[in-house]
Amino acid sequence: MAANDGTRAFERALLAMDRVGARDTLVAAAEGADDTLAVAEAVVAPALERIGDDWEHGTVSLAQLYMAGRIAEQIVGEMLPQVRPDNGERPRLAIVVLEDHHALGKRLVLSALRSSGYAVADYGHGVTVERLVQRCRDDQPRVLLISTLMLPAALRVREVVDRLALPGPPPVVIVGGAPFRLDPELWREVGADAVGRNSAAAIALVDRFTGGVR
Amino acid sequence: MTAEMTSLDRVLTTLGHKEPDRVPLFLLVTMHGARELGMGLREYFSRGENVAEGQLRLREKYGHDCLYSILYAPLEVEAWGGEVIFRDDGPANSGEPMIGDVEQILSLEPPDVATSPVLARALRATEILKARSRDVPIVGSVVSPFSLPVMQLGFEAYLDLMFERRDLFDRLMAVNEEFCVAWANAQFAAGATAVGYFDPVSSTTVVTPQAYLDTGFKVAQRTIARIKGPTATHFASGRCAGILDDVARTGTAGVGVSAEEDLAALKRAAAGKLALMGNLDGVTMRRWTAEQAEAEVKAAIAAAAPGGGFILSDNHGEIPFQVPDEVLLAIAEATRRWGRYPIDRVDA
Repeated sequence: MAANDGTRAFERALLAMDRVGARDTLVAAAEGADDTLAVAEAVVAPALERIGDDWEHGTVSLAQLYMAGRIAEQIVGEMLPQVRPDNGERPRLAIVVLEDHHALGKRLVLSALRSSGYAVADYGHGVTVERLVQRCRDDQPRVLLISTLMLPAALRVREVVDRLALPGPPPVVIVGGAPFRLDPELWREVGADAVGRNSAAAIALVDRFTGGVR
Repeated sequence: MTAEMTSLDRVLTTLGHKEPDRVPLFLLVTMHGARELGMGLREYFSRGENVAEGQLRLREKYGHDCLYSILYAPLEVEAWGGEVIFRDDGPANSGEPMIGDVEQILSLEPPDVATSPVLARALRATEILKARSRDVPIVGSVVSPFSLPVMQLGFEAYLDLMFERRDLFDRLMAVNEEFCVAWANAQFAAGATAVGYFDPVSSTTVVTPQAYLDTGFKVAQRTIARIKGPTATHFASGRCAGILDDVARTGTAGVGVSAEEDLAALKRAAAGKLALMGNLDGVTMRRWTAEQAEAEVKAAIAAAAPGGGFILSDNHGEIPFQVPDEVLLAIAEATRRWGRYPIDRVDA
């Protein structure tokens, strides 16, 4: 099956919340392929990117986006080796919900990235600036994705960025969430390196900042 | 030119899809009253007396057309025993979900509205506003039974429940509907003029129109029919263009609409069926100049005010604490200047 056909079929199955159909499509796409991860990149990531774009344009619902990501993550998790060797070349990625306790946005991005073959450390939700800065100093992630729900938490990203600037090389900070979607200038104001308007955009941004190394 | 109306007459006329003297303005400020009283937010919300005093002072300052008796969004979940996290610079947020295991739904019982000390604060605020104001609508609020589970369960667990555990979903809706009806009616008994039915999960941002018809629509139809006063459904920034006709069939009188949708198109679709409230963007509002505020007000009025059936407000149902007084005063002034009917002279 050509990758493009597979992507469309996979996308249709995800939107219909058809777990079995989605799995069958991905298994068919993986037949003859040497690397399941490459299939995730070629089929799953584009499908999720399109679904994310469609949500952005109002033709797909958040519930569909969430279920699509969840189903895709589950299937890819079953197909990929349980433990992938870390040869030290894979970039460290981390994701967090700053201060707020609603974690759906993080869940969406995590599912999209993991379904696309990325390993991502989950720093949790309701995390304070203090705890996040300390965690980053300990782990030294190359890319830090920060999800927020409310405006006050979004404004606190400025403090995170300022405190991560010293010492050592700071991570690339990608922000997302409702305040950043409603105010297109807010990500610059808080000193982030980029904004992802949806989970699909997060895949493209992580590709850009890591060179696509999974 | 129409003679000067009271705020109540202005709002009732526009809800009747006729043109009042000028476009009604709802500045839905929940937190700014704390600043007026020189209090932190937690202290401010600890007593209904504070909230009532804050609302009265804000209306005196801005001259807008409602008093807003809502305290904070997670008030209801606090009444159910859930965790609420206060902060100094913004709205209180719900903490960890109160339902950790969905099987708890089987034995879930709603709190008693009449004896809840948490809800009593909001009712006290409503009673004081009623006693101290004349001819001004007092707007209360409920979280819809269909949207409350985001705070009861967490968003992920709720979506899982909605699609995979329909038995528990139906049970949760039944319990929440009982609570919502009792809570709304208690606010009317305390003096509320109308109640905002906050239902962001029903928006097409969150569920498809088909899923809405099967879930949130039915819940709203059952619930609103039992509420003893007018409601306006608010999607709290969520989109609703694709479901407007169905929203009208729930029996609600108005709808709060998103800044992400075309206000003029919404007005055409809603005309004569639903009054619109919206859709100034509260997030960017904090950076507006007075000139920007005026331009945004003019644009919204030009798009939706002709013919009545339009209340100018923000798009979320709560203006961020970071929005300065100068902007709110500029919005109020621009509304008085450009919102006078007939408004065909507005050039957005």
